[in-house]
Amino acid sequence: MNIEISIDKNVCIGAGQCALAAPNVFTQDDDGFSELLPGREDGGGDPMVREAARACPVGAITVTGT
Amino acid sequence: MTEPLTTDPVAFPQDRTCPYHPPTAYDPLREARPLSRVSLFDGRTVWVVTGHGAARDLLADPRLSSDRTRPAFPAPTRRFAEVRNRRVALLGLDDPEHRTQRRMLVPSFTLKRIAGLRPRIQETVDRLLDRMERQGPPAELVDAFALPVPSMVICALLGVPYEDHDFFEEQSRRLLRGPTAADTEKAREALDAYFGALIDRKHGGQGDGLLDELVRDRLSEGALDREELISLATILLVAGHETTANMISLGTFTLLRHPEQLAELRAEPALMPAAVEELLRFLSIADGLLRVAVEDIETAGTTIRAGDGVVFSTSVINRDEHTFPEPDDLDWHRSTRQHLAFGFGIHQCLGQNLARAEMEIALLSLFDRFPGLRLDAPADTIAFKPGDTIQGMLELPVTW
Repeated sequence: MNIEISIDKNVCIGAGQCALAAPNVFTQDDDGFSELLPGREDGGGDPMVREAARACPVGAITVTGT
Repeated sequence: MTEPLTTDPVAFPQDRTCPYHPPTAYDPLREARPLSRVSLFDGRTVWVVTGHGAARDLLADPRLSSDRTRPAFPAPTRRFAEVRNRRVALLGLDDPEHRTQRRMLVPSFTLKRIAGLRPRIQETVDRLLDRMERQGPPAELVDAFALPVPSMVICALLGVPYEDHDFFEEQSRRLLRGPTAADTEKAREALDAYFGALIDRKHGGQGDGLLDELVRDRLSEGALDREELISLATILLVAGHETTANMISLGTFTLLRHPEQLAELRAEPALMPAAVEELLRFLSIADGLLRVAVEDIETAGTTIRAGDGVVFSTSVINRDEHTFPEPDDLDWHRSTRQHLAFGFGIHQCLGQNLARAEMEIALLSLFDRFPGLRLDAPADTIAFKPGDTIQGMLELPVTW
């Protein structure tokens, strides 16, 4: 799996849905914004990455590639 | 789509027939997904969104406004219509004003912060269960447990003295379902005065509640004015205890009426997070999110015109069989993450992860402490809330 995840922090509302759905890939920084865990920029093969993106209420997460 | 305009629109909102199912009167809405029409108390006809996909799209659409001071904003009740002239913080604002406020609050509600609150929530729950055990059986679960759990937790989080809970619980009740608009307005004035005085007392203080932080970091710097902070405090307090209290009371009632699912949960407590998620979907206690279109929106083969009112029936949306097969079954093993019980888009519930933690701990501990918990009155005689407010039990007599 070769994917790229991008997070738009200007759009993020800190709902935490991504970190809840895929806690091995996403976390929240101290301001509450979504961020990728170190070393998980490619999703680490986690099958929940796309579900995490879909769970985002404001579409702040984009997953590209296959 | 079907032609819902040719038949008389269903009235909205209506009372539930069973407290954990959508009103049977909404059945025609379930058959006319994803969009149909309902009539409000004042005779106005508005759009009702009932399909899951359409609801996701539209709740995230900035052409739908949450600003209830707009003249075309739909009013679900006479009470709402008469008090909606006031700006309401956070949930009554559109971006960019909304974003500014939300960003001040988000750090206090992250998963990490909520995880840190869990021991305190557990302690609160245990103390209340101790008291129930000393004083009963029987018990009235709303007053003894469902309401004080979230009330104590949100007080600690905000920095509001819990000793004042009789006062603010009563005002919250009147705010959400006072008998008249005048009564609701009085409750709002009482809460304004209360929070005004509390905020003034916090000036120069060192408290560690969220309100203390907002006074110290935002009010003093001019990022928030006093009136905005009062409105924010009211919303955080009311939303922080009324909703979760209803989920705990109605969730308990629902579990007691589904003995098989309850037994499964008791045998495997690790299912609790999934069970809470499924209960959120199944119960959809905030049923009727309101918006007004500020531009024309093409959707589902039709056009929502600028000025049209739009209501989202979460109870119907969360029973959409295309997303949730056998939607009327309570099933801990279904994929339920995509439910819209917390809304969607920029206004999705700020406190959702706090609510999840409270529900998990409260329900798990309650059934752990009282394995023989059962209703202390025939189920169909127990009073629940009317359709025009957040859904939940008015009382829940239990014994063990």
